[in-house]
Amino acid sequence: MIRAEGVGLRYGESGAEAEAPEVLQSLSFSVPGGGWRWLLGPSGAGKSSLLRLLHVQARPTRGRLQLMGVDVGEARRKDLPPLRRRIGMVFQDFRLVSHLTVFDNVALPLRLAGRAEGQLRADVTEMLRWVGLTKVAEMRPTLLSGGEQQRVAIARAVIVRPLLLLADEPTGNLDDVQAERLMVLLQEMNRLGTTVIVATHNMQLVDRHPGPALELARGRLVHDG
Amino acid sequence: MARRATRAVAARLATSRLDGLGLRHAPGWRVLPLIVAGMAFLAALALAGAQGAAELGRHWQQGAGATLTVQIPRPAAAPTPPVAQGETRRDRVLTLLRGTPGISGVRPLAEAELSDLLRPWLGTHAEQLALPLPAVVAVTITTDGPDLPALAARLEAAAPGTLTESHGPWVRRLGLLARSLRLCALAALGLVAAVAAGIIVVATRAALASRREVVEILHGLGATDFYVADRFARRASRAAGLGGMVGLALAVPVVAVLAALAAPFVSTLPIEAALPSPAELAASLARLPPTLLWSLPAVPVSAAMIGYVAAQLAVRAWLRRLP
Ligand SMILES: Nc1ncnc2c1ncn2[C@@H]1O[C@H](COP(=O)(O)OP(=O)(O)O)[C@@H](O)[C@H]1O
Ligand SMILES: [Mg+2]
Repeated sequence: MIRAEGVGLRYGESGAEAEAPEVLQSLSFSVPGGGWRWLLGPSGAGKSSLLRLLHVQARPTRGRLQLMGVDVGEARRKDLPPLRRRIGMVFQDFRLVSHLTVFDNVALPLRLAGRAEGQLRADVTEMLRWVGLTKVAEMRPTLLSGGEQQRVAIARAVIVRPLLLLADEPTGNLDDVQAERLMVLLQEMNRLGTTVIVATHNMQLVDRHPGPALELARGRLVHDG
Repeated sequence: MARRATRAVAARLATSRLDGLGLRHAPGWRVLPLIVAGMAFLAALALAGAQGAAELGRHWQQGAGATLTVQIPRPAAAPTPPVAQGETRRDRVLTLLRGTPGISGVRPLAEAELSDLLRPWLGTHAEQLALPLPAVVAVTITTDGPDLPALAARLEAAAPGTLTESHGPWVRRLGLLARSLRLCALAALGLVAAVAAGIIVVATRAALASRREVVEILHGLGATDFYVADRFARRASRAAGLGGMVGLALAVPVVAVLAALAAPFVSTLPIEAALPSPAELAASLARLPPTLLWSLPAVPVSAAMIGYVAAQLAVRAWLRRLP
Protein backbone atom coordinates (compact mmCIF):
# COMPACT_ATOMS: atom_id res chain seq x y z
CA MET A 1 0.00 0.00 0.00
CA ILE A 2 2.66 2.54 1.11
CA ARG A 3 6.38 2.11 0.59
CA ALA A 4 8.76 4.95 1.44
CA GLU A 5 12.49 4.67 0.79
CA GLY A 6 14.73 7.50 1.97
CA VAL A 7 11.95 10.04 1.42
CA GLY A 8 12.84 13.69 2.02
CA LEU A 9 10.75 16.84 1.66
CA ARG A 10 11.71 20.47 1.65
CA TYR A 11 9.29 23.32 1.05
CA GLY A 12 9.85 26.15 -1.37
CA GLU A 13 11.28 26.27 -4.85
CA SER A 14 13.88 23.66 -5.62
CA GLY A 15 17.00 25.52 -6.71
CA ALA A 16 16.11 28.57 -4.65
CA GLU A 17 19.22 30.41 -3.47
CA ALA A 18 18.99 29.62 0.21
CA GLU A 19 17.58 26.11 0.20
CA ALA A 20 14.98 25.57 2.89
CA PRO A 21 15.89 22.84 5.38
CA GLU A 22 14.32 19.44 4.87
CA VAL A 23 11.23 19.09 7.05
CA LEU A 24 11.28 15.34 6.41
CA GLN A 25 14.54 13.42 6.19
CA SER A 26 15.25 9.92 4.93
CA LEU A 27 11.96 8.34 5.89
CA SER A 28 11.83 4.62 5.14
CA PHE A 29 8.82 2.57 6.15
CA SER A 30 6.00 0.59 4.65
CA VAL A 31 2.36 0.08 5.54
CA PRO A 32 0.50 -2.98 4.22
CA GLY A 33 -2.98 -2.74 2.75
CA GLY A 34 -5.67 -2.74 5.46
CA GLY A 35 -3.20 -1.69 8.15
CA TRP A 36 -3.60 0.90 10.91
CA ARG A 37 -0.95 3.41 11.95
CA TRP A 38 -0.96 6.17 14.48
CA LEU A 39 1.30 8.99 13.33
CA LEU A 40 2.84 10.49 16.45
CA GLY A 41 5.27 13.23 17.38
CA PRO A 42 5.30 16.69 18.91
CA SER A 43 3.99 19.72 17.10
CA GLY A 44 6.33 20.65 14.24
CA ALA A 45 7.74 17.13 13.94
CA GLY A 46 6.49 16.80 10.35
CA LYS A 47 3.27 14.80 10.74
CA SER A 48 1.20 17.09 8.51
CA SER A 49 4.01 17.23 5.98
CA LEU A 50 4.14 13.45 5.74
CA LEU A 51 0.35 13.34 5.31
CA ARG A 52 0.70 15.90 2.50
CA LEU A 53 3.04 13.51 0.75
CA LEU A 54 0.68 10.57 1.30
CA HIS A 55 -2.23 12.68 0.04
CA VAL A 56 -0.18 13.60 -3.06
CA GLN A 57 -0.43 17.30 -2.24
CA ALA A 58 3.36 17.48 -2.51
CA ARG A 59 5.93 15.30 -4.18
CA PRO A 60 8.99 14.04 -2.30
CA THR A 61 12.06 16.12 -3.05
CA ARG A 62 14.24 13.10 -2.40
CA GLY A 63 13.85 9.33 -2.24
CA ARG A 64 11.09 7.11 -3.55
CA LEU A 65 7.47 7.01 -2.43
CA GLN A 66 5.12 4.39 -3.77
CA LEU A 67 1.37 4.57 -3.16
CA MET A 68 -0.81 1.72 -4.39
CA GLY A 69 1.90 0.79 -6.84
CA VAL A 70 2.31 4.32 -8.23
CA ASP A 71 5.68 6.00 -7.90
CA VAL A 72 4.54 9.43 -6.75
CA GLY A 73 7.82 11.14 -7.60
CA GLU A 74 7.88 9.84 -11.16
CA ALA A 75 4.18 9.85 -12.09
CA ARG A 76 2.90 12.24 -14.70
CA ARG A 77 0.83 15.10 -13.34
CA LYS A 78 -2.32 13.93 -15.08
CA ASP A 79 -2.09 10.53 -13.38
CA LEU A 80 -2.29 12.06 -9.91
CA PRO A 81 -6.02 13.00 -9.72
CA PRO A 82 -7.18 9.38 -10.13
CA LEU A 83 -4.72 8.41 -7.39
CA ARG A 84 -6.09 11.13 -5.07
CA ARG A 85 -9.61 9.86 -5.63
CA ARG A 86 -8.55 6.59 -3.97
CA ILE A 87 -7.32 8.45 -0.91
CA GLY A 88 -9.60 10.00 1.71
CA MET A 89 -8.36 12.88 3.83
CA VAL A 90 -9.80 14.32 7.05
CA PHE A 91 -8.39 17.61 8.36
CA GLN A 92 -8.47 19.10 11.83
CA ASP A 93 -10.21 22.17 10.39
CA PHE A 94 -12.63 20.02 8.31
CA ARG A 95 -12.18 22.01 5.05
CA LEU A 96 -15.79 21.75 4.01
CA VAL A 97 -17.17 23.87 1.18
CA SER A 98 -19.20 26.42 3.08
CA HIS A 99 -21.60 27.42 0.30
CA LEU A 100 -22.62 23.82 -0.44
CA THR A 101 -25.09 21.87 1.67
CA VAL A 102 -24.00 18.89 3.76
CA PHE A 103 -25.44 16.64 1.07
CA ASP A 104 -23.52 18.37 -1.69
CA ASN A 105 -20.29 18.33 0.30
CA VAL A 106 -20.55 14.58 0.72
CA ALA A 107 -21.60 14.12 -2.92
CA LEU A 108 -18.67 16.19 -4.20
CA PRO A 109 -16.15 13.32 -4.60
CA LEU A 110 -18.72 11.25 -6.48
CA ARG A 111 -19.43 14.15 -8.82
CA LEU A 112 -15.72 14.68 -9.35
CA ALA A 113 -15.46 11.01 -10.24
CA GLY A 114 -18.15 11.56 -12.86
CA ARG A 115 -20.99 9.73 -11.13
CA ALA A 116 -24.38 10.51 -12.71
CA GLU A 117 -26.75 12.61 -10.59
CA GLY A 118 -29.39 9.89 -10.57
CA GLN A 119 -26.95 7.36 -9.17
CA LEU A 120 -25.45 9.19 -6.23
CA ARG A 121 -28.44 10.07 -4.07
CA ALA A 122 -28.76 6.60 -2.54
CA ASP A 123 -25.05 6.38 -1.70
CA VAL A 124 -24.92 9.86 -0.17
CA THR A 125 -28.04 9.23 1.86
CA GLU A 126 -26.63 5.93 3.10
CA MET A 127 -23.35 7.62 4.05
CA LEU A 128 -25.16 10.40 5.93
CA ARG A 129 -27.09 7.74 7.84
CA TRP A 130 -23.83 5.98 8.75
CA VAL A 131 -22.41 9.16 10.31
CA GLY A 132 -25.82 10.09 11.80
CA LEU A 133 -26.41 13.32 9.84
CA THR A 134 -29.55 12.50 7.86
CA LYS A 135 -31.47 15.34 9.48
CA VAL A 136 -29.03 18.08 8.51
CA ALA A 137 -28.48 16.99 4.90
CA GLU A 138 -29.85 20.21 3.43
CA MET A 139 -28.11 22.55 5.87
CA ARG A 140 -24.93 24.50 5.30
CA PRO A 141 -22.01 22.99 7.25
CA THR A 142 -21.28 26.31 9.01
CA LEU A 143 -24.49 25.86 11.02
CA LEU A 144 -23.32 22.54 12.49
CA SER A 145 -21.32 21.75 15.63
CA GLY A 146 -17.65 20.85 15.32
CA GLY A 147 -18.37 17.16 15.82
CA GLU A 148 -21.04 17.21 13.15
CA GLN A 149 -18.77 19.04 10.72
CA GLN A 150 -16.04 16.48 11.33
CA ARG A 151 -18.49 13.69 10.59
CA VAL A 152 -19.40 15.45 7.30
CA ALA A 153 -15.68 15.50 6.52
CA ILE A 154 -15.42 11.76 7.31
CA ALA A 155 -18.44 10.99 5.14
CA ARG A 156 -16.92 13.00 2.28
CA ALA A 157 -13.59 11.21 2.73
CA VAL A 158 -15.00 7.69 2.67
CA ILE A 159 -17.89 8.00 0.20
CA VAL A 160 -15.67 6.83 -2.67
CA ARG A 161 -14.54 3.79 -0.60
CA PRO A 162 -10.91 4.91 -0.49
CA LEU A 163 -8.13 2.38 -0.14
CA LEU A 164 -6.23 4.79 2.07
CA LEU A 165 -7.77 7.05 4.72
CA LEU A 166 -5.66 9.82 6.22
CA ALA A 167 -6.65 11.95 9.20
CA ASP A 168 -4.65 14.95 10.48
CA GLU A 169 -5.43 15.68 14.15
CA PRO A 170 -9.09 14.82 13.46
CA THR A 171 -10.11 15.08 17.10
CA GLY A 172 -8.29 18.35 17.76
CA ASN A 173 -11.46 20.43 17.61
CA LEU A 174 -13.77 17.89 19.26
CA ASP A 175 -14.76 17.13 22.83
CA ASP A 176 -14.14 13.64 24.23
CA VAL A 177 -17.57 12.26 23.40
CA GLN A 178 -17.34 13.41 19.77
CA ALA A 179 -13.73 12.23 19.56
CA GLU A 180 -14.74 8.74 20.68
CA ARG A 181 -17.55 8.68 18.14
CA LEU A 182 -15.07 9.66 15.40
CA MET A 183 -12.66 6.90 16.48
CA VAL A 184 -15.46 4.36 16.13
CA LEU A 185 -16.00 5.48 12.52
CA LEU A 186 -12.30 5.36 11.68
CA GLN A 187 -11.90 1.91 13.20
CA GLU A 188 -15.02 0.73 11.38
CA MET A 189 -13.45 1.81 8.07
CA ASN A 190 -10.24 0.01 9.00
CA ARG A 191 -12.20 -3.13 9.85
CA LEU A 192 -13.80 -2.95 6.38
CA GLY A 193 -10.30 -3.11 4.81
CA THR A 194 -9.23 0.52 4.42
CA THR A 195 -5.67 1.42 5.36
CA VAL A 196 -5.96 4.17 8.01
CA ILE A 197 -3.30 6.63 9.18
CA VAL A 198 -4.21 9.02 12.00
CA ALA A 199 -1.86 11.83 13.01
CA THR A 200 -2.29 13.05 16.58
CA HIS A 201 -0.42 14.33 19.56
CA ASN A 202 -3.28 13.36 21.88
CA MET A 203 -1.65 10.45 23.76
CA GLN A 204 -4.75 9.73 25.86
CA LEU A 205 -6.59 8.93 22.65
CA VAL A 206 -3.79 6.59 21.58
CA ASP A 207 -3.81 4.92 25.01
CA ARG A 208 -7.53 4.25 24.74
CA HIS A 209 -7.12 2.81 21.23
CA PRO A 210 -3.71 1.15 21.13
CA GLY A 211 -2.27 0.25 17.74
CA PRO A 212 0.95 0.29 15.70
CA ALA A 213 2.52 3.73 15.33
CA LEU A 214 5.00 5.72 13.29
CA GLU A 215 6.70 8.32 15.43
CA LEU A 216 8.40 11.41 14.05
CA ALA A 217 10.78 13.84 15.73
CA ARG A 218 12.23 16.82 13.88
CA GLY A 219 11.49 15.29 10.52
CA ARG A 220 13.01 11.90 11.24
CA LEU A 221 11.34 8.58 11.90
CA VAL A 222 12.22 7.56 15.47
CA HIS A 223 9.84 4.65 16.02
CA ASP A 224 8.06 2.21 13.69
CA GLY A 225 5.86 -0.49 15.17
CA MET B 1 -45.36 17.44 -5.98
CA ALA B 2 -43.42 16.12 -8.99
CA ARG B 3 -43.00 19.69 -10.14
CA ARG B 4 -41.51 20.68 -6.80
CA ALA B 5 -39.13 17.75 -6.91
CA THR B 6 -38.03 18.71 -10.43
CA ARG B 7 -37.46 22.26 -9.32
CA ALA B 8 -35.43 21.07 -6.34
CA VAL B 9 -33.27 18.91 -8.60
CA ALA B 10 -32.84 21.79 -11.05
CA ALA B 11 -31.83 24.09 -8.21
CA ARG B 12 -29.36 21.52 -6.95
CA LEU B 13 -27.87 21.15 -10.40
CA ALA B 14 -27.67 24.90 -10.78
CA THR B 15 -25.84 25.41 -7.51
CA SER B 16 -23.66 22.35 -7.34
CA ARG B 17 -22.75 21.70 -10.92
CA LEU B 18 -22.58 25.04 -12.66
CA ASP B 19 -21.63 26.96 -9.58
CA GLY B 20 -19.73 24.37 -7.58
CA LEU B 21 -17.25 27.02 -6.55
CA GLY B 22 -19.73 29.72 -5.58
CA LEU B 23 -18.46 31.74 -8.50
CA ARG B 24 -21.70 33.63 -8.90
CA HIS B 25 -20.66 35.75 -5.96
CA ALA B 26 -16.96 35.96 -6.75
CA PRO B 27 -15.59 39.51 -7.02
CA GLY B 28 -14.69 40.92 -10.40
CA TRP B 29 -17.11 38.55 -12.00
CA ARG B 30 -20.14 40.75 -12.08
CA VAL B 31 -18.56 43.66 -13.94
CA LEU B 32 -17.32 41.29 -16.63
CA PRO B 33 -20.52 41.42 -18.74
CA LEU B 34 -20.42 45.22 -18.65
CA ILE B 35 -16.85 45.41 -19.89
CA VAL B 36 -17.41 42.73 -22.48
CA ALA B 37 -20.54 44.58 -23.63
CA GLY B 38 -18.36 47.58 -24.44
CA MET B 39 -15.85 45.42 -26.27
CA ALA B 40 -18.62 43.66 -28.19
CA PHE B 41 -20.08 47.03 -29.19
CA LEU B 42 -16.72 48.03 -30.66
CA ALA B 43 -16.33 44.61 -32.28
CA ALA B 44 -19.72 44.87 -33.97
CA LEU B 45 -18.85 48.33 -35.32
CA ALA B 46 -15.49 47.10 -36.58
CA LEU B 47 -17.18 44.14 -38.21
CA ALA B 48 -19.74 46.40 -39.88
CA GLY B 49 -16.92 48.73 -40.92
CA ALA B 50 -14.94 45.91 -42.49
CA GLN B 51 -17.94 44.64 -44.39
CA GLY B 52 -19.05 48.12 -45.36
CA ALA B 53 -15.61 48.96 -46.74
CA ALA B 54 -15.63 45.73 -48.72
CA GLU B 55 -19.10 46.51 -50.04
CA LEU B 56 -18.17 50.07 -51.07
CA GLY B 57 -14.98 48.85 -52.72
CA ARG B 58 -16.88 46.25 -54.68
CA HIS B 59 -19.50 48.76 -55.74
CA TRP B 60 -16.98 51.34 -56.93
CA GLN B 61 -15.17 48.65 -58.82
CA GLN B 62 -18.31 47.51 -60.59
CA GLY B 63 -19.82 50.96 -61.05
CA ALA B 64 -17.41 53.67 -61.92
CA GLY B 65 -14.67 51.20 -62.80
CA ALA B 66 -16.70 49.86 -65.65
CA THR B 67 -17.38 53.19 -67.37
CA LEU B 68 -15.60 55.54 -69.73
CA THR B 69 -16.56 59.08 -70.60
CA VAL B 70 -15.94 60.25 -74.11
CA GLN B 71 -16.14 63.99 -74.84
CA ILE B 72 -16.44 65.27 -78.39
CA PRO B 73 -15.83 69.05 -78.37
CA ARG B 74 -17.36 71.28 -81.00
CA PRO B 75 -14.65 72.40 -83.38
CA ALA B 76 -13.08 75.62 -82.15
CA ALA B 77 -13.09 77.09 -85.65
CA ALA B 78 -16.86 77.19 -85.72
CA PRO B 79 -18.30 78.34 -82.38
CA THR B 80 -21.85 77.85 -83.65
CA PRO B 81 -21.37 75.20 -86.25
CA PRO B 82 -24.10 73.88 -88.44
CA VAL B 83 -26.04 71.29 -86.53
CA ALA B 84 -25.30 68.68 -89.15
CA GLN B 85 -21.55 68.93 -88.75
CA GLY B 86 -21.54 68.31 -84.97
CA GLU B 87 -23.80 65.35 -85.40
CA THR B 88 -21.56 63.87 -87.99
CA ARG B 89 -18.56 63.99 -85.67
CA ARG B 90 -20.62 62.52 -82.86
CA ASP B 91 -22.16 59.89 -85.09
CA ARG B 92 -18.73 58.83 -86.33
CA VAL B 93 -17.58 58.39 -82.73
CA LEU B 94 -20.73 56.47 -81.76
CA THR B 95 -20.41 54.09 -84.69
CA LEU B 96 -16.79 53.50 -83.91
CA LEU B 97 -17.53 52.86 -80.19
CA ARG B 98 -20.38 50.47 -80.97
CA GLY B 99 -18.11 48.45 -83.23
CA THR B 100 -15.30 48.11 -80.65
CA PRO B 101 -14.97 44.81 -78.80
CA GLY B 102 -14.92 45.12 -75.01
CA ILE B 103 -17.64 47.75 -74.97
CA SER B 104 -21.03 46.66 -73.75
CA GLY B 105 -22.99 49.91 -73.76
CA VAL B 106 -22.87 53.29 -75.48
CA ARG B 107 -25.20 56.08 -74.39
CA PRO B 108 -24.96 59.68 -75.58
CA LEU B 109 -26.03 62.08 -72.86
CA ALA B 110 -28.88 64.44 -73.74
CA GLU B 111 -28.31 68.21 -73.44
CA ALA B 112 -30.57 68.38 -70.40
CA GLU B 113 -28.67 65.61 -68.63
CA LEU B 114 -25.43 67.37 -69.36
CA SER B 115 -26.53 70.68 -67.94
CA ASP B 116 -27.87 68.82 -64.88
CA LEU B 117 -24.44 67.39 -64.35
CA LEU B 118 -22.78 70.75 -64.79
CA ARG B 119 -25.16 72.73 -62.63
CA PRO B 120 -23.15 72.30 -59.41
CA TRP B 121 -20.18 73.95 -61.15
CA LEU B 122 -21.83 76.43 -63.47
CA GLY B 123 -24.94 77.37 -61.53
CA THR B 124 -28.57 77.15 -62.58
CA HIS B 125 -28.14 79.24 -65.68
CA ALA B 126 -25.64 77.08 -67.50
CA GLU B 127 -27.73 77.14 -70.66
CA GLN B 128 -27.70 80.91 -70.74
CA LEU B 129 -23.92 81.01 -70.68
CA ALA B 130 -23.95 80.05 -74.31
CA LEU B 131 -20.92 77.90 -73.77
CA PRO B 132 -20.30 75.40 -76.48
CA LEU B 133 -21.03 72.24 -74.52
CA PRO B 134 -19.27 69.16 -75.83
CA ALA B 135 -21.19 66.09 -76.77
CA VAL B 136 -20.66 63.51 -74.03
CA VAL B 137 -21.02 59.75 -74.38
CA ALA B 138 -21.19 57.39 -71.41
CA VAL B 139 -19.58 54.10 -72.30
CA THR B 140 -19.94 50.89 -70.33
CA ILE B 141 -17.09 48.45 -70.74
CA THR B 142 -16.84 44.75 -70.02
CA THR B 143 -14.57 43.40 -67.30
CA ASP B 144 -11.71 42.97 -69.75
CA GLY B 145 -12.49 46.21 -71.50
CA PRO B 146 -11.12 47.56 -74.76
CA ASP B 147 -7.49 48.52 -75.39
CA LEU B 148 -7.85 52.09 -74.12
CA PRO B 149 -4.83 53.82 -75.71
CA ALA B 150 -5.66 52.27 -79.09
CA LEU B 151 -9.28 53.31 -78.76
CA ALA B 152 -8.31 56.85 -77.82
CA ALA B 153 -6.07 57.06 -80.91
CA ARG B 154 -8.81 55.84 -83.22
CA LEU B 155 -11.35 58.25 -81.72
CA GLU B 156 -8.92 61.14 -82.15
CA ALA B 157 -8.54 60.18 -85.81
CA ALA B 158 -12.28 59.98 -86.31
CA ALA B 159 -13.02 63.27 -84.55
CA PRO B 160 -9.97 65.37 -83.67
CA GLY B 161 -10.05 66.76 -80.12
CA THR B 162 -12.05 63.85 -78.68
CA LEU B 163 -11.16 63.15 -75.05
CA THR B 164 -11.43 59.70 -73.50
CA GLU B 165 -11.55 59.68 -69.76
CA SER B 166 -11.22 56.43 -67.89
CA HIS B 167 -12.12 56.25 -64.20
CA GLY B 168 -9.73 53.34 -63.69
CA PRO B 169 -6.99 55.12 -61.72
CA TRP B 170 -9.50 56.71 -59.38
CA VAL B 171 -11.27 53.47 -58.88
CA ARG B 172 -8.01 51.66 -58.20
CA ARG B 173 -7.22 54.29 -55.61
CA LEU B 174 -10.67 54.03 -54.05
CA GLY B 175 -10.33 50.26 -54.08
CA LEU B 176 -7.03 50.53 -52.25
CA LEU B 177 -8.65 52.88 -49.75
CA ALA B 178 -11.49 50.43 -49.22
CA ARG B 179 -9.07 47.55 -48.73
CA SER B 180 -7.00 49.57 -46.25
CA LEU B 181 -10.11 50.52 -44.29
CA ARG B 182 -11.12 46.90 -44.24
CA LEU B 183 -7.72 45.81 -42.96
CA CYS B 184 -7.83 48.48 -40.25
CA ALA B 185 -11.29 47.34 -39.20
CA LEU B 186 -10.14 43.72 -39.05
CA ALA B 187 -7.08 44.73 -37.04
CA ALA B 188 -9.37 46.62 -34.64
CA LEU B 189 -11.52 43.50 -34.38
CA GLY B 190 -8.49 41.38 -33.49
CA LEU B 191 -7.33 43.95 -30.97
CA VAL B 192 -10.75 44.08 -29.33
CA ALA B 193 -10.78 40.28 -29.09
CA ALA B 194 -7.30 40.25 -27.55
CA VAL B 195 -8.19 42.94 -24.99
CA ALA B 196 -11.39 41.06 -24.12
CA ALA B 197 -9.37 37.87 -23.58
CA GLY B 198 -6.97 39.80 -21.35
CA ILE B 199 -9.80 41.23 -19.27
CA ILE B 200 -11.31 37.78 -18.87
CA VAL B 201 -7.95 36.41 -17.71
CA VAL B 202 -7.67 39.18 -15.11
CA ALA B 203 -11.23 38.63 -13.86
CA THR B 204 -10.68 34.88 -13.71
CA ARG B 205 -7.51 35.33 -11.67
CA ALA B 206 -9.39 37.57 -9.24
CA ALA B 207 -12.12 34.95 -8.92
CA LEU B 208 -9.49 32.25 -8.43
CA ALA B 209 -7.78 34.21 -5.69
CA SER B 210 -11.08 34.59 -3.85
CA ARG B 211 -11.89 30.89 -4.25
CA ARG B 212 -8.42 29.56 -3.59
CA GLU B 213 -9.47 27.51 -0.60
CA VAL B 214 -12.29 25.73 -2.42
CA VAL B 215 -10.07 25.14 -5.43
CA GLU B 216 -7.52 23.49 -3.17
CA ILE B 217 -10.22 21.36 -1.57
CA LEU B 218 -11.43 20.21 -4.98
CA HIS B 219 -7.87 19.53 -6.06
CA GLY B 220 -7.32 17.45 -2.93
CA LEU B 221 -10.48 15.46 -3.65
CA GLY B 222 -9.02 14.45 -6.99
CA ALA B 223 -10.53 17.05 -9.32
CA THR B 224 -8.71 17.22 -12.64
CA ASP B 225 -7.39 20.53 -13.91
CA PHE B 226 -9.99 20.41 -16.63
CA TYR B 227 -12.82 20.01 -14.13
CA VAL B 228 -11.76 23.00 -12.04
CA ALA B 229 -10.99 25.13 -15.09
CA ASP B 230 -14.32 24.14 -16.62
CA ARG B 231 -16.23 25.55 -13.61
CA PHE B 232 -14.58 28.91 -14.10
CA ALA B 233 -14.71 28.79 -17.88
CA ARG B 234 -18.45 28.16 -17.96
CA ARG B 235 -19.04 31.15 -15.73
CA ALA B 236 -16.70 33.33 -17.79
CA SER B 237 -18.33 32.10 -20.97
CA ARG B 238 -21.81 32.95 -19.71
CA ALA B 239 -20.76 36.37 -18.51
CA ALA B 240 -18.92 37.15 -21.76
CA GLY B 241 -21.74 35.82 -23.92
CA LEU B 242 -24.23 37.95 -22.02
CA GLY B 243 -22.00 41.00 -22.43
CA GLY B 244 -21.65 40.18 -26.11
CA MET B 245 -25.40 40.18 -26.56
CA VAL B 246 -25.81 43.50 -24.77
CA GLY B 247 -23.02 45.03 -26.85
CA LEU B 248 -24.55 43.74 -30.04
CA ALA B 249 -27.97 45.08 -29.09
CA LEU B 250 -26.41 48.50 -28.56
CA ALA B 251 -24.48 48.35 -31.83
CA VAL B 252 -27.35 47.36 -34.12
CA PRO B 253 -29.07 50.78 -34.17
CA VAL B 254 -25.73 52.49 -34.81
CA VAL B 255 -24.98 50.11 -37.66
CA ALA B 256 -28.45 50.77 -39.07
CA VAL B 257 -27.86 54.54 -39.11
CA LEU B 258 -24.45 54.14 -40.75
CA ALA B 259 -25.90 51.74 -43.31
CA ALA B 260 -28.70 54.17 -44.11
CA LEU B 261 -26.19 57.02 -44.55
CA ALA B 262 -24.01 54.86 -46.78
CA ALA B 263 -26.90 53.43 -48.79
CA PRO B 264 -26.84 56.03 -51.61
CA PHE B 265 -23.18 55.31 -52.26
CA VAL B 266 -23.78 51.65 -52.83
CA SER B 267 -27.01 51.96 -54.79
CA THR B 268 -27.70 53.03 -58.35
CA LEU B 269 -30.39 55.43 -57.22
CA PRO B 270 -29.65 59.13 -57.44
CA ILE B 271 -27.97 60.48 -54.32
CA GLU B 272 -30.47 61.87 -51.83
CA ALA B 273 -28.93 64.58 -49.74
CA ALA B 274 -31.78 64.39 -47.21
CA LEU B 275 -31.06 62.48 -44.00
CA PRO B 276 -32.80 59.13 -43.63
CA SER B 277 -36.14 58.99 -41.83
CA PRO B 278 -36.82 56.43 -39.06
CA ALA B 279 -38.72 54.28 -41.51
CA GLU B 280 -35.76 54.34 -43.86
CA LEU B 281 -33.51 53.40 -40.93
CA ALA B 282 -35.60 50.35 -40.21
CA ALA B 283 -35.65 49.44 -43.88
CA SER B 284 -31.90 49.84 -44.12
CA LEU B 285 -31.48 47.17 -41.44
CA ALA B 286 -33.25 44.70 -43.66
CA ARG B 287 -31.06 45.78 -46.57
CA LEU B 288 -27.79 45.17 -44.71
CA PRO B 289 -25.47 42.87 -46.65
CA PRO B 290 -26.38 39.25 -45.85
CA THR B 291 -22.81 38.48 -44.80
CA LEU B 292 -23.03 41.21 -42.18
CA LEU B 293 -26.41 39.97 -40.95
CA TRP B 294 -24.88 36.54 -40.61
CA SER B 295 -21.69 37.67 -38.94
CA LEU B 296 -23.15 40.07 -36.35
CA PRO B 297 -24.55 37.21 -34.21
CA ALA B 298 -21.00 35.83 -34.25
CA VAL B 299 -20.04 38.67 -31.88
CA PRO B 300 -21.74 37.26 -28.74
CA VAL B 301 -20.86 33.71 -29.81
CA SER B 302 -17.21 34.66 -30.19
CA ALA B 303 -17.32 36.52 -26.88
CA ALA B 304 -18.61 33.38 -25.17
CA MET B 305 -15.95 31.26 -26.82
CA ILE B 306 -13.16 33.69 -25.99
CA GLY B 307 -14.48 33.73 -22.41
CA TYR B 308 -14.37 29.96 -22.16
CA VAL B 309 -10.91 29.50 -23.66
CA ALA B 310 -9.28 32.44 -21.85
CA ALA B 311 -10.65 31.31 -18.47
CA GLN B 312 -9.65 27.67 -19.06
CA LEU B 313 -6.10 28.70 -19.90
CA ALA B 314 -5.86 31.13 -16.97
CA VAL B 315 -7.07 28.54 -14.45
CA ARG B 316 -4.87 25.79 -15.85
CA ALA B 317 -1.82 28.02 -15.67
CA TRP B 318 -2.67 28.85 -12.05
CA LEU B 319 -3.25 25.18 -11.12
CA ARG B 320 0.30 24.34 -12.21
CA ARG B 321 1.46 25.56 -8.82
CA LEU B 322 -0.33 22.63 -7.20
CA PRO B 323 1.25 19.17 -7.63
N1 LIG C 1 3.94 25.13 3.71
C1 LIG C 1 5.06 25.15 4.44
N2 LIG C 1 6.12 25.87 4.02
C2 LIG C 1 7.27 25.90 4.72
N3 LIG C 1 7.46 25.22 5.86
C3 LIG C 1 6.46 24.46 6.34
C4 LIG C 1 5.21 24.39 5.66
N4 LIG C 1 4.39 23.57 6.36
C5 LIG C 1 5.12 23.15 7.44
N5 LIG C 1 6.33 23.69 7.43
C6 LIG C 1 7.39 23.42 8.40
O1 LIG C 1 7.63 22.03 8.41
C7 LIG C 1 7.86 21.59 9.73
C8 LIG C 1 6.90 20.46 10.04
O2 LIG C 1 5.61 20.98 10.11
P1 LIG C 1 4.33 20.04 10.12
O3 LIG C 1 4.49 19.04 9.07
O4 LIG C 1 3.13 20.90 10.08
O5 LIG C 1 4.48 19.34 11.54
P2 LIG C 1 3.34 18.77 12.50
O6 LIG C 1 2.15 18.50 11.68
O7 LIG C 1 3.94 17.54 13.07
O8 LIG C 1 3.09 19.79 13.54
C9 LIG C 1 7.68 22.78 10.65
O9 LIG C 1 8.96 23.25 10.97
C10 LIG C 1 6.95 23.77 9.81
O10 LIG C 1 7.35 25.08 10.13
MG1 LIG D 1 0.18 19.25 11.85
